[in-house]
Amino acid sequence: MSGHSTYEPKTAFTRWLDTRLPIVRLGYDSFVDYPTPRNLNYWWTFGGILSLCLGLQIVSGVVLAMHYDPSAGHAFASVESIMRDVNYGWLIRYLHANGASMFLLAVYIHIFRGLYYGSYKAPREVLWILGCVIYLLMMATAFMGYVLPWGQMSFHGAVVITNLLGAFPVVGDAITTWLWGGFAVDNPTLNRFFSLHYLLPFMIAGVVVLHIWALHVTGQNNPTGVDPKSKADTVPFTPYATVKDGFGMVLFLILFAAFVFFNPNAMGHADNYIPANPLVTPAHIVPEWYFLPFYAILRAVPDKLGGVLLMFGAIGMLFILPWLDTSKVRSMRYRPTARLFFFIFLAACLVLGWCGGNLPDDMVIKVGETDAGPIGLNFVWLSRIATFYYFAYFLVILPVLGLREKPLPVPESISSPVLAGDHSKKD
Amino acid sequence: MLRKGIVLAAALGLALAGASAQAATTHKEPKDVHWSFEGPFGKFDQAQLQRGYKVYREVCATCHSMNLVSFRNLAQPGGPFYDPKYKNPNESPYVKALAKDYQVDDIDSETGDPVKRPATAADHFPSPYANTAAAAAGNGGAAPPDLSVMAKAREGGPAYIYSILTGYEAPPAGLKAGPTQHYNPYMSGDLGSYWSGDKHKTPEGGFIAMPPPLTADKVTYDDGTKATVEQEAKDVAAFLMWAAEPKMVERKQVGFAVMIYLIAFAGLLYASYRRVWRNQSH
Ligand code: HEC
Ligand code: HEM
Repeated sequence: MSGHSTYEPKTAFTRWLDTRLPIVRLGYDSFVDYPTPRNLNYWWTFGGILSLCLGLQIVSGVVLAMHYDPSAGHAFASVESIMRDVNYGWLIRYLHANGASMFLLAVYIHIFRGLYYGSYKAPREVLWILGCVIYLLMMATAFMGYVLPWGQMSFHGAVVITNLLGAFPVVGDAITTWLWGGFAVDNPTLNRFFSLHYLLPFMIAGVVVLHIWALHVTGQNNPTGVDPKSKADTVPFTPYATVKDGFGMVLFLILFAAFVFFNPNAMGHADNYIPANPLVTPAHIVPEWYFLPFYAILRAVPDKLGGVLLMFGAIGMLFILPWLDTSKVRSMRYRPTARLFFFIFLAACLVLGWCGGNLPDDMVIKVGETDAGPIGLNFVWLSRIATFYYFAYFLVILPVLGLREKPLPVPESISSPVLAGDHSKKD
Repeated sequence: MLRKGIVLAAALGLALAGASAQAATTHKEPKDVHWSFEGPFGKFDQAQLQRGYKVYREVCATCHSMNLVSFRNLAQPGGPFYDPKYKNPNESPYVKALAKDYQVDDIDSETGDPVKRPATAADHFPSPYANTAAAAAGNGGAAPPDLSVMAKAREGGPAYIYSILTGYEAPPAGLKAGPTQHYNPYMSGDLGSYWSGDKHKTPEGGFIAMPPPLTADKVTYDDGTKATVEQEAKDVAAFLMWAAEPKMVERKQVGFAVMIYLIAFAGLLYASYRRVWRNQSH
């Protein structure tokens, strides 16, 4: 894909620069002349949206850090003072807090897009794994960021999650002590979380560069999953993709703004407006929504270490997915059976999220009442079923299906079905 | 095979789920209250904020601190005593007068001795107790929480506060309350161990250590509004919402402009998109 460069410097200065540091050429080849499959749909605008989110988090975060005080005694009040006393501080803080949710929402859409259209398959394995690394770093960043306002959920969430690492045999306790900087979550923990919360986004930015580099080596996948064969299959990135991405971004910003300006605390938890108090544990410790599916997997296992391993294993599945899916066909457009299992998988993930937000012993479907309590299907068992499907999808369904299923005929090239006017498949 | 596994797991789930005990904190849903600041265009009602401040100052402040709020905030745009004549809230004569009635701790810069001086507009609301231990000791062991962001710190916000204040009930027969415990169905709690009636009919709600703070005519409103318990509760809840989110009105106004801009921008981009792609099939 990264074929011959067509950049021609026009001025004396750019000619001079081009033979010394061809940075303008790099930009031109990557974002102007870059050949883009002509059939990309709106699910492909999320890459651009994610870059926008990262930029917004970094800019708003740097400004927050100018006013934020990372000490256990002052963190809570300093965040409130940002909201009250700093000019437009409320805007910056709500942008940042809701921005984390929007960022994670976008990344989930982006990942499911990849899962559906087979974007993880050869030759894009490295591109996919880099994406998984970004996702891991994002989760770590968001987790540590949520600790910073030092409210009740910040504190007790940090206690629950860091304690999980203590489940590892032999090294567990040493790891938690090291992470805490002491023998409990306390001021040193907050200090180091702040330091890391500042650092990790820039590491993400670094991995994003690698991710885009890998993308520009293999080229973008597209809804048919068929590689572009000729010029007829692609359009130049600018203006075609830029304007479409731009439109997608603004639609996304409208949703974002609806939260920031009209319902800024909808995705947060009321308890986080109570200053952290180690002596009072909130009745229900719930993580942010984007962690809920993993929280459900964790609690689905009666054994702590088992739960932790399964939780990390769930993300691990994504890393090895390129070698689990045996199908030669990329896009699920042409894999009707796989498509069905995919949508069940999507539902299983949503169900896991739902379970993560509810108490394990609460009933989903109640069939009766005994002296020992109600009987029926409770949330632990629902999460067990969904967890079972989650892993089965990766370890059984995708490997077996690729060998067994009979895919639909795949088009010769991107332009052939499109130019033939086949608009029947619009998924 | 897979389907069998799911059915098996589901059956097992049904069988095993019965054994677990119920988590038992309960509470009544907050009452449905209508607020002037609801919705994307809602604003605080300044007269209501003034009445609410009066309730806070004369009733709640004897037990509750509001550490994050200073007197000058009262005269900021959107605040209870904002007056466009005084751009600098520190100069509002009204707020200066309110502050002056309080004595706050300070250090004499000449001698270094601790002294008391009248509060200024820049001072935070003084706390009724020297520290949390004193606050707990003065209230049967439960320290009254700081009210600065209370309206954001409970599910239901101002409606919850209103419901607590107006929701006190005599404990139903069979419920044994201690001397500093007051039954309130809106407070979450687990009353199982204080209940001697039918096990399946444990009353909703919990005990709260705060005695019912409001009675009719507890305050005399300057604007002549009749001070019923509901009125006082509603006004103080609105005031606490303002205190928790003083920039709410500004936020919604900016948001409205941002929305118009974004929607216009989206329309423009969509038009450009159609134009750029008009000769391309895709
Ligand atoms: C006599 C002292 C006293 C007065 C006066 C008082 N409170 Fe309280 N308040 C308390 C105490 C003590 C608690 C802690 C209750 C507990 O934890 O059980 C409390 C708790 C609360 C709570 C939190 C309930 C919860 O969900 O935890 C709110 C809200 C509240 N008070 C509002 C008010 C308001 C508004 C006023 C003025 C109208 C007021 N209080 C006046 C003593 C008082
Ligand atoms: C990947 C990008 C980032 C994500 C996902 C993220 C996420 C978060 C989250 C979830 C919070 C808690 C918000 C709240 O509930 O109050 C937070 C707080 C914070 N973040 Fe970030 N952040 C990112 C980047 C940054 C950067 C680059 C900086 C600094 C340079 C930064 C500085 C801060 C500060 C100072 C706070 C505390 C203030 C507050 O809680 O509002 N963040 N972050």
